[in-house]
Amino acid sequence: MTILRPVRPMLVLVGVVLLLQPARAGDGGLFGAESFTLPNGMAAVAIPDRRAPIVTHMVWYRAGSADEEPGGTGVAHLLEHLMFKGTAKTPGGQFSYIVARNGGVENAFTGYDYTGYFQTVARDRLELVMELEADRMTGLLVTDEDVETERRVVLEERRMRVDNDPGALFSEEFRAARFLVHPYGWPVIGRQRDIENLTREDILAFYRERYAPNNAILVVAGDVTVDELRPLAERIYETIPPVELAPRERAREPRQQAPRRLVRVDPRAARPSLRMTYLAPTHATGPAETAYGLEILAEVLSGSTTSRLYRGLVVDRGVAVSAGAWYGGDGLDASRFGFWVAPADGVAVEEAEAALRAEIAELLERGVTEDEVARVKRRMADDLVYARDNVASIARWYGAWLAVGLTVEEIEGWAAAVDGVTVAQVNAAARQVLAPETEVVGVLLPEEPADAP
Amino acid sequence: MRPSLLPAVVLLLLAAAGPARPGPAAGVEVLTTPAGIEVWLKREPSIPIVAMEIAFEGGASLDPEGREGLANMVSGLLDEGAGDLDSRAFQDRLDDLSVRMSFDAGRDAFHGSLMTLTENLDAAAELFGLALAAPRFDDGPVERIRGRILAGLARDEEDPHVRAWRAWRRAAFPDHVYGRPVDGTPESVAAIAAADLERFARTGFTRDRLHVAVVGDIARERTAVLVDAVFAGLPAAGAPLAFPDAVAATGGVTVIDMDVPQSAIVFGLPGPMRGDPDYYAASVLNKALGGGGLNTRLFEEVRKKRGLAYAVSSFLHPHRRAGLWIGSAGTRNERAGETLEVIRDVLADIVENGVTDREIADAKAYLTGSFPLRLDSNEAIAGMLVAIQLFDLGVDYLDNRNGYIEAVAAADVRRVARRMFDADGLLVVVAGRPEGIGETAAADR
Repeated sequence: MTILRPVRPMLVLVGVVLLLQPARAGDGGLFGAESFTLPNGMAAVAIPDRRAPIVTHMVWYRAGSADEEPGGTGVAHLLEHLMFKGTAKTPGGQFSYIVARNGGVENAFTGYDYTGYFQTVARDRLELVMELEADRMTGLLVTDEDVETERRVVLEERRMRVDNDPGALFSEEFRAARFLVHPYGWPVIGRQRDIENLTREDILAFYRERYAPNNAILVVAGDVTVDELRPLAERIYETIPPVELAPRERAREPRQQAPRRLVRVDPRAARPSLRMTYLAPTHATGPAETAYGLEILAEVLSGSTTSRLYRGLVVDRGVAVSAGAWYGGDGLDASRFGFWVAPADGVAVEEAEAALRAEIAELLERGVTEDEVARVKRRMADDLVYARDNVASIARWYGAWLAVGLTVEEIEGWAAAVDGVTVAQVNAAARQVLAPETEVVGVLLPEEPADAP
Repeated sequence: MRPSLLPAVVLLLLAAAGPARPGPAAGVEVLTTPAGIEVWLKREPSIPIVAMEIAFEGGASLDPEGREGLANMVSGLLDEGAGDLDSRAFQDRLDDLSVRMSFDAGRDAFHGSLMTLTENLDAAAELFGLALAAPRFDDGPVERIRGRILAGLARDEEDPHVRAWRAWRRAAFPDHVYGRPVDGTPESVAAIAAADLERFARTGFTRDRLHVAVVGDIARERTAVLVDAVFAGLPAAGAPLAFPDAVAATGGVTVIDMDVPQSAIVFGLPGPMRGDPDYYAASVLNKALGGGGLNTRLFEEVRKKRGLAYAVSSFLHPHRRAGLWIGSAGTRNERAGETLEVIRDVLADIVENGVTDREIADAKAYLTGSFPLRLDSNEAIAGMLVAIQLFDLGVDYLDNRNGYIEAVAAADVRRVARRMFDADGLLVVVAGRPEGIGETAAADR
């Protein structure tokens, strides 16, 4: 029951497809995943890892916070909490009880573009958790009292994650300035007043319209093959009828023509910090070469302690205790390319900002080098080998990327696609995205700056 | 007695866990290297990577008074230059080889972790050994890492949970190293000199305090050679580790004033040490009360029934020289007093009425069923193997652990509840502006 930040941009998505084509990635793919689609529209993927007799079972819905209405934020997440309350078959919180009684661990998460539920269990309990999950896909029963209690829990969650934390509180405001119109500008957990005002009917309407097999993706990772999964999925999930889905049309962000700057003074903040983002395309919106280029650019700038920004600002110039860049390429509609810097002791935030801007100017003028791109490609390829050590994480990437429309072939072919990116494409992506008029800068200060001398 | 022949290895093959396919717990071998270092090895050839986890007993407990945070600072500096390689050269080399190396100062042990592609195994081992045996502690990296730690400590001051945990420790162990912060204080971190760092590395990393586990795509013989290559440069033995046992103080409520809407409540009592015969009964009890999963007394009463908190949980925290049972919750200031009251009531009820047979059966089913789930990656298995060594549980622990849980009798769980829980003795720290909570002095301090 957590708010999921976008997964680390590892895998890439191109185009949006509604159904998965049957696929066998086989030996050439990264993770050997195989997929199929049930007649009712539910997509399914098996990601085999036979090292241990364990499976992680996940069901993802293409429904998240960005599918909410303005003024009704937080409904996707509150629903996620209420999904543990019960059904006619499994009433009164029995869901979690049964999972625990069978030695399973479970949780759920909500993002902007999806909501996911998962259980990790011994392989012989897979059928059991599939039956539980299928039952609550359409059978949820929620009382007014459930809603009131869980509303209080979510408000406490909000206090813990956001209101208690000056950095998180500022991030929320910063995000709202980044996206003036698009729902990515509101918090996944919801605004406090919205959470307070959501009704049981609001929540159930969201549920009825979006929790359906043709809006869901089944991901099972671990000690399972697609041939073992298919008959179970057919028996358990195939009987659930599909619903008519509304298109996922979100408000479109207008083109930004003037840079924005927020300065927040919060005495609760311990130290000054600066963040800066630019609007960026995603793998879903394309073009693909820009998205791939930005993946590599983020690694060149910030992939390790040898990268440009850490070396430049922290090691060589000593103006920051930390500095870096990131790209979140997994959004359905839009994303950001971002930077952060935390000034060193005795360094004014303006000085750290100037140093960061000098790095960006240098990047735009001279571009990244062949050597940098080659190093980063090798590191990214090696990261994928390490990734195979944790199949539950792979399941999570799969679910997140499939939920915004990627195909299994595209995920399995990610390494090859990254390898094909040229230095010129990386530099073109940098020059296209890092345009001064689309920047939003946020500065968090513990106290009012002293008067300039 | 030590095996005498090269490349002699002691082989202690564990029986496979199940009939179908051996699980990750199966196939752990204990071998002794030519230099006499014991290594726990699990071969896993399906992915071309190797994970090595190590621990030196001691850790932050070795920090001298006034230099709290020393072990932690060392942990940040071992990969910042060693031998002939300065910080930049060392980091470049790690990057070139895609080697993942990290160190972490625990309270009772200093941990190291190495992950490498099999193809870079020798070079990775060389770097790991260099970091431990010949760290440079050059001025530039020392000041840079000191700055990072100080910035982190400042950030921690924003967080009511961190503040409450630290204060709880100070109150529980006013006169013991366990009361001190692993990360140190701004003053103690500022006081750490290069000579302190060097002394820690020279005296803290000795082979008699070392535990090693290797999991991955590597042969037995090669493991032995590699481990010797990593640790050969370390002294064979160090000064004996002598800390007194400690018992956490009880009673008293402390409030740390912070301008936040939600109070962080930390509560705890002395608990069993890892070798205590009651440890497994206490584990079952804690699971029923507040540990793991979404079905515990605390979760039910505090969250599900009343919506008082998002997070509420408890756990056993065995140290080498002390046992703890601790828990935490976060509740908006207006209802913090009520939440603490509910927590005390739950404890009092368990002392008076015990837990039900069904709760005990449920707790056992969860603890035994979920145990194998923790062994789902090479890295996790290696970490578990080192933890088993640190607590001296024996290599057969992986096979026997669920049996220990199953063997717990209901009467023992109830007896341990009476032994362990004392709602009035609860040591409580609250950070925030809680309503309905008054500070009280400790009962026995």
